[in-house]
Amino acid sequence: MATETLARPATSAATPYAGRRNGRRMTPGRIAVLAVAALLAVLWLVPFAWATVTAFKSETDAAAPKISWIPPSGFTADAFVKVFQDGNIPLWTWNSLYTSAAITVITLAISALVAYALSRIDFRGKNVLMTVIIASIIVPPPVLIIPLFYQMVALHMIDTSWAIILPQVIHPAMVFVLKKFFDQIPRELEEAAVMDGASRMRIFLQVVLPLSRPILAAVAIFVFIGAWNNFLWPFIATNDGSVLTLPVGLQTIKSAYGIQYAQNMASALLAALPLILLFLFFQRQIIKGVATTGLAGT
Amino acid sequence: MSSVATSHDSEGQAGSLPGLSRQRLSNRAGSRSARSQGSRDNLNGWAFAAPFLAFFLVFLVWPLLYGLYMSMTGKSLTGANDSVIGFANYAEALADSDMWHSLGNTLYFTVISTVPLVVVALVMAALVNVGLPAQWLWRLSYFAPYLLASTVVSLFFTWMYNPQLGLINDALVNIGLPKVAWLNDPGVAMWAIVLATLWWTVGFNFLLYLAAMQNIPAQHYEAASLDGAGAWRQFFSITLPQLAPTTVMIVLLQILASLKIFDQVYQMTAGGPGGATRPVVQYIFETGFTGYRLGYSAAISYIFFGLIVAVSVIQFLITRRRSA
Repeated sequence: MATETLARPATSAATPYAGRRNGRRMTPGRIAVLAVAALLAVLWLVPFAWATVTAFKSETDAAAPKISWIPPSGFTADAFVKVFQDGNIPLWTWNSLYTSAAITVITLAISALVAYALSRIDFRGKNVLMTVIIASIIVPPPVLIIPLFYQMVALHMIDTSWAIILPQVIHPAMVFVLKKFFDQIPRELEEAAVMDGASRMRIFLQVVLPLSRPILAAVAIFVFIGAWNNFLWPFIATNDGSVLTLPVGLQTIKSAYGIQYAQNMASALLAALPLILLFLFFQRQIIKGVATTGLAGT
Repeated sequence: MSSVATSHDSEGQAGSLPGLSRQRLSNRAGSRSARSQGSRDNLNGWAFAAPFLAFFLVFLVWPLLYGLYMSMTGKSLTGANDSVIGFANYAEALADSDMWHSLGNTLYFTVISTVPLVVVALVMAALVNVGLPAQWLWRLSYFAPYLLASTVVSLFFTWMYNPQLGLINDALVNIGLPKVAWLNDPGVAMWAIVLATLWWTVGFNFLLYLAAMQNIPAQHYEAASLDGAGAWRQFFSITLPQLAPTTVMIVLLQILASLKIFDQVYQMTAGGPGGATRPVVQYIFETGFTGYRLGYSAAISYIFFGLIVAVSVIQFLITRRRSA
């Protein structure tokens, strides 16, 4: 509850997400609904809980044939200590963080610029450009891995962060989402600036962008989550341990640690932690962001 | 009717149509009065588009075209044979039983994963939308897994599916059922992948459904309850029909997402046992990077692309008919 209060802006007290028909009376029907919802929630939390319990066991307890939620020899943080000592989790987390941040910033910048042009400027070839961008939404990333890999080899970018970042900044669907938002901003707001002889860029930066914070946040969230969790392309583009992102690094752990279950789970939890924490603090924005951009396609 | 589809989207579509034409008119009037305005607009427009366009051409259009060229060559990772061989790769792929098997696996996964991923999401959203206390708790538990990387999900589930030490088999034994070789039994492995995928990504569809449900006007329900319709009646005669456009979108997006299956399978079963779960994307990956046959691999990529385009065209036709 505390996190929700924290994350909620004071102005939006009338939450659109609370159920509409909030009869607080507990009828048998409502109790049944609550029971099913609770059962699903428990099922959905079990994998987290079991991973957490395993991570805080000794390796011996974790591999004991008898399942225990409370380990015979007590809880220990040994697995985490070990992972921090031998592992590369902090390095991979940092790699994931700055590549995802770079992808998000570049995507936002180039997408907002082109979306503004498509929304507001009448230029030759605009309709063709719009059609090509929308059509490219259907290109699935797996189709590009072979030629992209070849291209990255030619550019000498394999095993660098550039190989991870550059091909991930093209989000045609997000251009479309931004354009639709810009379309709804009243033109009158820009007219005063035009009268004053402000350049297009100034209008974009000083009038349009400040009005577009909600959609920029939504797109940023969507792109960041996607980049943070992307596996296939970073997996192909990097082999060198020093540039691996978290998802790809974890895959190497699995083969390296083999049957050290407590350490496996400790690593997985550490990898999961950043986005889960982010979610706890920005729950409202993330949910709104996903709901706004989600149907635009992935 | 169709204005129910995801608040934000439909508002945009409905609202922007008249708005857009008004904008065009005023703009045209403006450019007539000042001739230089037109050429300045051309310059500005392309200048604003340039950064995106540069990335778009280099990292999307070029590889897409180059991949098509590669698929017509014998190109390999060792650089042995660069000559153009026409459609030989495609002919070989169409006769390749491994290719068909992996394509079949992808389609099988798509069919058996889409149904639960849509139905469970709908059930979750319907439960939460009734107005349960502690809204944040439900959203957190159902949606949180979506924030995990595929590798984390695979580690969690490989551990729970462990035949001897796994939590799931322990639970089965406790209620008197036999143990299951989740990831090692060719008949079960794909279902195990579906279960893990359901846990991982259903929260996304859940959020889309929840947002759509909360945009159904309250008057509909008020009118229905005045007529004495109960909760079930209301769900089937108001909620479900109002959600129809959203459902179409979610189903189509889910099909497109499921067709791209690779991560979980590669991480949990590596396509096994005996190729029983290997999806077509993994086959592309393997022919290219393990078999070093880039040209052949590119050809299979394009066959896969053809499938995606076909589904997308169907999606386009359906959504167009709906909004028309």
